[in-house]
Amino acid sequence: MSIMGTRVLRTEDPRLITQGGVYTDDLRLPELTGAAYVTIVRSPVAHALITGIDTSAATEMPGVVAVLTSADLPAPPEDADPTAEPLLAADRVRYVGEPVALVLTESRYQGEDAAELVSADYDLLPAVPGVEEALTGETLLFPGTENNILGTGTAGEGDETRFDGCEVVVERTVVNQRLAPVPLEPRAMAAAWTGDRLTIWSSTQNAQLARGAIAGAVGLDPALIRVIAPDVGGGFGAKVAVDRDAIAVAWAAKHTRHAVRWIESRSENLVGMVHGRGQRQTYRIGGTRDGRVLAYHLDVVQDCGAFNRLGVFLAQLTVLMAAGVYDFAHAGASFRAVATNCTPIAAYRGAGRPEAAAAIERAIDDFAAEIGMDPAEVRRINVVPPDKFPFTTATGATYDTGEYAAGLDRVLTVAGYAELRAEQARRRERGATVQLGLGMSVYVEITAGDMAGETARVVVDDSGAATVFTGSSAHGQGHHTAWAMLVQDELGIPMDSITIVHGDTDAIPEAIGTFGSRSLQLGGTAVVQAAGVVKEQARRLAAEMIEAAEADLELDTVRGTWQVRGDPASALGWGQIAERAGPDGLAADARFNASAPTFPFGAHLAVVEVDTETGKATLVRHVTVDDAGRILNPVLAEGQRHGGIAQGVAQALLEEVRYDADGNPLTSTLIDYAAITATELPSFELVASETPTPINPLGAKGIGEAGTIGSTPAVLNAVIDAVSHLGVRHIDMPATPEKVWAAINEARAGR
Amino acid sequence: MKVAISVNGRQVEAEVEDRLLLAHFVREVAGLTATNIGCDTTSCGACTVLLDGQSVKSCTVLAAQADGHEVTTCEGLAGADGRWHAVQQGFHAEHGLQCGFCTPGMMMAAVSLLAENPDPTEEEVRTGLEGNICRCTGYHNIVRAVLAAARDGQPAQEAS
Repeated sequence: MSIMGTRVLRTEDPRLITQGGVYTDDLRLPELTGAAYVTIVRSPVAHALITGIDTSAATEMPGVVAVLTSADLPAPPEDADPTAEPLLAADRVRYVGEPVALVLTESRYQGEDAAELVSADYDLLPAVPGVEEALTGETLLFPGTENNILGTGTAGEGDETRFDGCEVVVERTVVNQRLAPVPLEPRAMAAAWTGDRLTIWSSTQNAQLARGAIAGAVGLDPALIRVIAPDVGGGFGAKVAVDRDAIAVAWAAKHTRHAVRWIESRSENLVGMVHGRGQRQTYRIGGTRDGRVLAYHLDVVQDCGAFNRLGVFLAQLTVLMAAGVYDFAHAGASFRAVATNCTPIAAYRGAGRPEAAAAIERAIDDFAAEIGMDPAEVRRINVVPPDKFPFTTATGATYDTGEYAAGLDRVLTVAGYAELRAEQARRRERGATVQLGLGMSVYVEITAGDMAGETARVVVDDSGAATVFTGSSAHGQGHHTAWAMLVQDELGIPMDSITIVHGDTDAIPEAIGTFGSRSLQLGGTAVVQAAGVVKEQARRLAAEMIEAAEADLELDTVRGTWQVRGDPASALGWGQIAERAGPDGLAADARFNASAPTFPFGAHLAVVEVDTETGKATLVRHVTVDDAGRILNPVLAEGQRHGGIAQGVAQALLEEVRYDADGNPLTSTLIDYAAITATELPSFELVASETPTPINPLGAKGIGEAGTIGSTPAVLNAVIDAVSHLGVRHIDMPATPEKVWAAINEARAGR
Repeated sequence: MKVAISVNGRQVEAEVEDRLLLAHFVREVAGLTATNIGCDTTSCGACTVLLDGQSVKSCTVLAAQADGHEVTTCEGLAGADGRWHAVQQGFHAEHGLQCGFCTPGMMMAAVSLLAENPDPTEEEVRTGLEGNICRCTGYHNIVRAVLAAARDGQPAQEAS
């Protein structure tokens, strides 16, 4: 029986639960003996001119190896883009947390002491603390520019989206708030020289992209840099490649020729690591009173933060996916991406797609409420039917496969939707203090959309063991288990004789790594293809060794042996064949590039209780279909869904990065930033569903981000549904007790 | 100051700064790196260890305060014969970990929870782990892992 699709427990676990992982700050390597600890001096103000930096007192502190500022960096070229981001702030700071100086010390605690003595003088400027202020253009972040807009774009009919013929049009501006990714391991790096080569250990999702980014930024030949990703304690998109702070640390190693190591504190992480989301969205939805939506338009103002790390790109993804799972006659979207005096925004679990799903799924509920129809019915009427795939949306995405209405119906059936509605009616009838809300979403997202492909190398040695070098980069997903399953299935070599190597640019020079839910469908396929080539190499050799025709040979994938068909006595093991092949004789490289992205989809139903006296919303049930095509290992796929759902629920109910009017962060510790805990979540009810895609041979789509994309709108819709009978039509995220309570009171006052 | 702390049954003596945190003592003096540090406000629980059998967040205890006491970390959880603790078995059997960074602290918190309440309900497990943040699992399988550990590491009968 094939191991594919079976519940295999993780091979990664034994090490992690007995000795713990080896994350970057855990490295105790000889090369790092005596490495200087890097402490980053950060801007305490949102927007200011730097009039001077005095490092003399810090330099005289015990244990200080160096204090570095922008004066130690090469001057930017005269014709540099005025919006370009420096490694260390030179004449101006643009967000609280922006790196200003680096302090290198012999010990960790000395760094904290010395950093406090770096004295920078700031001449304060008015701050641009959010998108509204950015759009006025009264204060500009970048001298020499005309406004704070870093990018604009449209999709589909854009601003010309037609609403004629609509009996009902609903328009609303909603918030998709800034979030902090909070991987539990903060950013970390270490670097050491071996001759003229620099080895860098980085908590990254993409060692190879990190190598390229560092090489370009610090002026080193990529061939002289080796990047290693040790165990990585979560990434969620925020550890794609390396960011400015980490590059600055690598530059410090280059500049001083000293081994260095760095791990940020959580308080630094919450202002220094990229944030996610951050959109002001205005949707307009129109249709007929019998539930047909005729037109939809989404206008996005994307908060990029102080620099365009990825903000413009996220908004592009949002407008591409604006129409969601629906077959609308008219649809369009537009965006403006603006600079603010806040931490830069980049990828965070979903990266542009949760924003699109949140808007359209809120708009559908808004429309349903306006015409007085059950939101499930409105969705059934408007989703793309199964016979229309591949389906190209008005905003330009071509969906591969989908069973949108079926997914919704399965979730509603499993949840017992009719009975839940009846319970809701009973509570409303008796005026219960704790009301019940049902919220749903039907979503589609895009995975492996980058079209850059992925690499793999499979080698079988004369012990009969296999080594897989993968371009994908694991940080919790279970790639080592999954890839070993793929190779066992292809070659019959048992999983415990398969070693997976990832995240080392010397071992795997060419690769992309992990983001956008791309690993299995690209990296996994590459592994299967490389193994397939090895299999054919073995077939040829085995034929020679047995003196039989290749066509007469078979691979027994249960025993892991080659034999003449039906003749076990002729069996040869992988080790014997590899021995004949010689060193690297059984080895193959593959690079798989799919012809198109894939589009996972699903449906979520959230059941929420809202205490109408306190405003507190509690998620009591969450039922989902998350269809990511063919599933390799349900254990891993379910784990991805669980984590995704929780992060999506967190956006709906709890988490928000906040700034005051002067651009001061109000959520720079985990006391203030409400990272979701076990007490705020129920166990999840997952419904299995597999609709394979023809885009790759595994039939797989991505599963890493789906849960997040589906859960946020479902939970928010449920909160609003719980109090809709009181006259509440919308509550902005996060739906905290304060906001829910205020919405209830406002609605009551308005009646 | 000089401290002598028993870490997983091994006596570790060292001259340390007064301000040295127990978390850094464990990681850098005792050389045991399973205990991770995920925040600086005693919020995340990644650094949870047992101090004389009670769970503490070792980022909020000074090494000096642990002088003369017994500390147990993740590395000390398995038996001398290498047999995994029921909590370790539960985390593996129920896929209660992904990136693994919160896991040592989460497991130590679970050990302490089960010592106080050997047969907890799901609700009690969730409340008991409120001080430990996990960003990967959504807690779903962590809760199942702890409930499994309460059943001697055996997974539940029903599927998923």
